[in-house]
Amino acid sequence: MLEVTNAHKTFFPGTPNAVHALRGVDLKIERGSWVCVIGTNGSGKSTLLNAVAGGFLLDEGSIRIDGVDVSKWPEYRRAKLLGRVFQDPFSGTAPSMTLFENLALASRRGQARGLGLALNSTTQDELTKCVAEMELGLENRMDNPIGSFSGGQRQSLTLLMATLIRPRLLLLDEHTAALDPRSADQIIRLTKRSIEHDCLTTMMVTHSMQQAVSVGDRVIMMDQGKIVLDVSGPRKQRLRPRDLLAKFEELRRRQQLDETAADMLQTQYV
Amino acid sequence: MTLLVGSLATGLILSLLAFGILISFRVVKFEDLTVDGAFTLGGAVMATLVFAEFEPLRATLMGALAAGVAGTVTATLHTRFKINRLLSGILVMTALYSVNLRVMGKSTLPLQSKPTLMTYVHRISQGLFGEGDHLKIFHWEVPSRDVTALLLLFLLTILIGCLLFIFFRTNLGLAMLATGDNSRMTESLGVNINRMTVLSLFLANALIGLSGALLAQYQGYADAQMGVGMLVLGVASVILGESLVGTRKIGYLIVGAFMGSVLFRLMIAIALRWGLNPNDLKLITAVFVFAALVFPKIFSQGASWLRGKIRA
Repeated sequence: MLEVTNAHKTFFPGTPNAVHALRGVDLKIERGSWVCVIGTNGSGKSTLLNAVAGGFLLDEGSIRIDGVDVSKWPEYRRAKLLGRVFQDPFSGTAPSMTLFENLALASRRGQARGLGLALNSTTQDELTKCVAEMELGLENRMDNPIGSFSGGQRQSLTLLMATLIRPRLLLLDEHTAALDPRSADQIIRLTKRSIEHDCLTTMMVTHSMQQAVSVGDRVIMMDQGKIVLDVSGPRKQRLRPRDLLAKFEELRRRQQLDETAADMLQTQYV
Repeated sequence: MTLLVGSLATGLILSLLAFGILISFRVVKFEDLTVDGAFTLGGAVMATLVFAEFEPLRATLMGALAAGVAGTVTATLHTRFKINRLLSGILVMTALYSVNLRVMGKSTLPLQSKPTLMTYVHRISQGLFGEGDHLKIFHWEVPSRDVTALLLLFLLTILIGCLLFIFFRTNLGLAMLATGDNSRMTESLGVNINRMTVLSLFLANALIGLSGALLAQYQGYADAQMGVGMLVLGVASVILGESLVGTRKIGYLIVGAFMGSVLFRLMIAIALRWGLNPNDLKLITAVFVFAALVFPKIFSQGASWLRGKIRA
């Protein structure tokens, strides 16, 4: 399904601020799988998701979706294959446009947009039905601008928009991180339902270890631009947050060791 | 009365300019400074083609098209070459000053002796009101040609306004609205933002060029200076219109730009009548925009007071 091979990316190369964000990532996601990606800040987890989405082009390596090499495709072209929910609830919807208009935009994701009327009565009925199925009571507010909805509601709607046309791959970028716990739970419930309902292949970056162990069928941990842990199958079922914490601790110690060792070598030999 | 008819007609012509500025500044939020050049270019191309014995309607449309192309150049400088938006517009506007002189061959082209759209208007006027040059409305004598022009311009601007409104309800139009509202989302839904920017600036500047071509024919000459200050004038009309309608919905904004443009012209006509020096006009327009930007609250309160008055 998704095949990332030897992905490398350096931001601001050749400057003092150069960041080697991806250092040879290899990742293969099977069809229908739901992969949670965790890691500390700056570990490269969001960068990896962004690389798949097409936010930037890789320096080296390739990305294939369903066998098609999309490495050189710009973001708007990849949109045909991808559904995406951002971390910021305000990123995924157009605030001054109505709920209807936002959904109409999403209902043509990756398709040509011509001079046909966007909202005829058939599409209006269909879209209202989709919103009613979420059971959030938003179907009465179809003509309100999205800016008047709460963050949680907007994130639910972004999720609906991302899956309105079935995506080959659903990308979730810490999509509950900016929400209050209750809304976050609700979003996770909706996410589960829509992934199971449409048998979606999903890549979910998350900050919450609880989330990573409780949903999905595979966990990947990233550190310093590499994948350092990859758990799936029965081992994933048994995985607990403390196992992940232990792994984080181990990584932290190893890093410190690296630094102190380097310091030691420097004082002794330089 | 003649002054009133004249300023209403000019206001209607300039409402096309306001539509264009509405698209670039408000819909896609691209601060496009091509305006002054594109406005003149529309008039210059039209005038030159009229002199080359082109059919006036076709010459007018070619003027609009040329201005639209100028807009795509500005958009391309920004999207392809990553030049700052303001600078892209300034570059094209500056270049257009020379281009316009080149197109016309001199700084002013008088059109009175040539067949223009005003010739058609004259003919229609004779058909409507008979051979007489003047028409009596209440107590005033008004040139019948001007009244006909006013009626036709009214129909034309309403038509274009409606077409724009319908356009913004199509899939393409929605994508254009979304580009200005949330470009990140729009791109993630598969819209090529760069192409959309080019398209919107084409549309915006084509309307601006059309406005320039019509104004040149209405006043009877094309001039290399005719675009000076049009950007600020258009922005003033759009801002005035926004506070008149008091919402950000696109349909209202289109109506607002239309009303703002006509109202602004009327205000200017009244001020001129009271003895305002025409040389101070641009200064006053600029001060008006400044005031509207710096004191939006006072401004919108004034506008809602005005709305209340209109309703009452």
